[in-house]
Amino acid sequence: MNRLALFGLVFIALLIVVALFAPFIATHDVGATNLLARYLPPSSEHWLGTDATGRDIFSRVVYGARISLRVGIVVVAVSGLIGIVVGALAGFYGGWVDRIVSGYVLNVFLAFPGLLLAIAMVAFLGAGLNKLILALCIIGWVGYARVMRGQVLKVREYDFVQAARALGARDWRILFSHILPNAIQPIIVQASLGMAGAVLAEASLSFLGLGVPPPAPSWGVMLEEARDLATLQRAPHAMLAPGIAIALTVLAFNFLGDGLREYLDPRQRRR
Amino acid sequence: MKHKLLDILRRLLILLLVVWTVVSLVTLLIELVPGDPAVAILGEQATPEALEQFREKHGLDRPAFFVTYSEDKSGERRLRWNGAENRYVDYWRGILRGDMGRSFRTDRPVVDLILSRYGATIELALAALLVAVAIAVPLGVMAGKNRGTLMDNSLSVIALIGISLPSFVVGPLLIYIFAVWLNLLPVSGREGPSNLILPALTLGSALSALLTRMVRSSVIEEMGEDYVRTARAKGLSERKVVYKHVLKNGLIPVVTILGLQLGVLLAGAIITEKIFNWPGLGLLLVDDGINKRDYRIVQGCVLVISVTYIFANTLTDILYRKLDPRIRVS
Repeated sequence: MNRLALFGLVFIALLIVVALFAPFIATHDVGATNLLARYLPPSSEHWLGTDATGRDIFSRVVYGARISLRVGIVVVAVSGLIGIVVGALAGFYGGWVDRIVSGYVLNVFLAFPGLLLAIAMVAFLGAGLNKLILALCIIGWVGYARVMRGQVLKVREYDFVQAARALGARDWRILFSHILPNAIQPIIVQASLGMAGAVLAEASLSFLGLGVPPPAPSWGVMLEEARDLATLQRAPHAMLAPGIAIALTVLAFNFLGDGLREYLDPRQRRR
Repeated sequence: MKHKLLDILRRLLILLLVVWTVVSLVTLLIELVPGDPAVAILGEQATPEALEQFREKHGLDRPAFFVTYSEDKSGERRLRWNGAENRYVDYWRGILRGDMGRSFRTDRPVVDLILSRYGATIELALAALLVAVAIAVPLGVMAGKNRGTLMDNSLSVIALIGISLPSFVVGPLLIYIFAVWLNLLPVSGREGPSNLILPALTLGSALSALLTRMVRSSVIEEMGEDYVRTARAKGLSERKVVYKHVLKNGLIPVVTILGLQLGVLLAGAIITEKIFNWPGLGLLLVDDGINKRDYRIVQGCVLVISVTYIFANTLTDILYRKLDPRIRVS
């Protein structure tokens, strides 16, 4: 695995630790405002300074990791599972299931701007973390289904599958113990890139006011609060801290995904 | 010839299916609103008459779909067949006549609102596309030509960073640098050409990073082809080989990405427009639609952005086939 992927892995591990132990790492109460300590620059008391209402930015960035990771993990797990099952069934059985899935659902969903659909759904459902997760799952599973279907179609024709069939193995056994383990690799890559996408989507929607409602320390909300002119002039670090956090997290998952793809598919290594 | 015709027909069918799905989704999305949209707009204190009037005016008193599962007069919940007299059909009828209903708040026709903003969004998306190409083609060629060198590697890392930087990080950063710190460019609005620079840079930056990678791998692939050797053998300068021969072929896959990304740009423009207060469709969607819960505006904006996106994709697909004869055969 290359160095960038290693960086990604280390950063993600660090992020998980930060999210798990946020109460011990944070130096201040995330919600505590202090109008006497607004727009403070980074100092030994406030490591990353304070925002427009005097809240400690470092603590908020630390807690923000929880929201980002939670959305990422839930969205990837749920949409991944749905996508794997639907894609595997469509690829394995073919027929009318496949005609509906690949002929209609994949074509339609992939011809549609996913973020816009998520925005539209949350706009009608009302803002909130769970609704946001629901919207991201609804748009997210299609990508996994497409990858999985392609993989199953390929693996299905391999000799060992034919051999298992000749030995009288049942469909579900062939599917779960022979095809799935051999078809799962690109899904892992997709999941890593999907984490990046989900983190980004959560921040985007929260930035637009459609995600986690404001006092919550979502990185997207923090950016939205820090981008007005008064804060930009007096405390640009209030925008930089969550911005860098989002960028590094997305970058880490993208690095990991790219690295995994290269690692799992040696033909790509020369490029 | 027959195959070609069938292929075009198939594509047209998919296009129609996608548009049908989008319109249906948009039409039915309004049913997701928790509670009564009329109450959401007029408030809890509104009189029953006012609510009734509002519902009637916007057709909200009609059943939602062909079949509904609702309470009848005896208070029992049951499936009901409503025939063609329902909101789903109403919305379709409207669209076919070029009518997307009226704004819940201002009563202005949604079509007028959208038309007044459409130009600004297209202007922004095209400017961003231009920015992306202007950055990506020279950088991609440079990286591809000098493959494996330090320059190539650092350009690749920069490109990956660029892809990972969301517009709502790039935008405020650019505002801070160019508007607050250097005081060179305006912060927001759409008064003159200088207003376009920062939004276009913001929207185009991620795309330029993606394109740089595309151009690079495309150049690398083409450099290995026979015609490059021929061109070199007949004594053309390296510059001519790259810019006249390699780039011409190497840009074909890039065109596809560009077209596909035009749609992504349109969707991404929502956030960029919000950051820079750029009066396009995205701002209409967020400020007038979502924030004021004016669902008719949301429906119209989502519909128009999606359909533009879908048509941009289809157009790209056709263009791509025209450009590369190898694809036409298969």
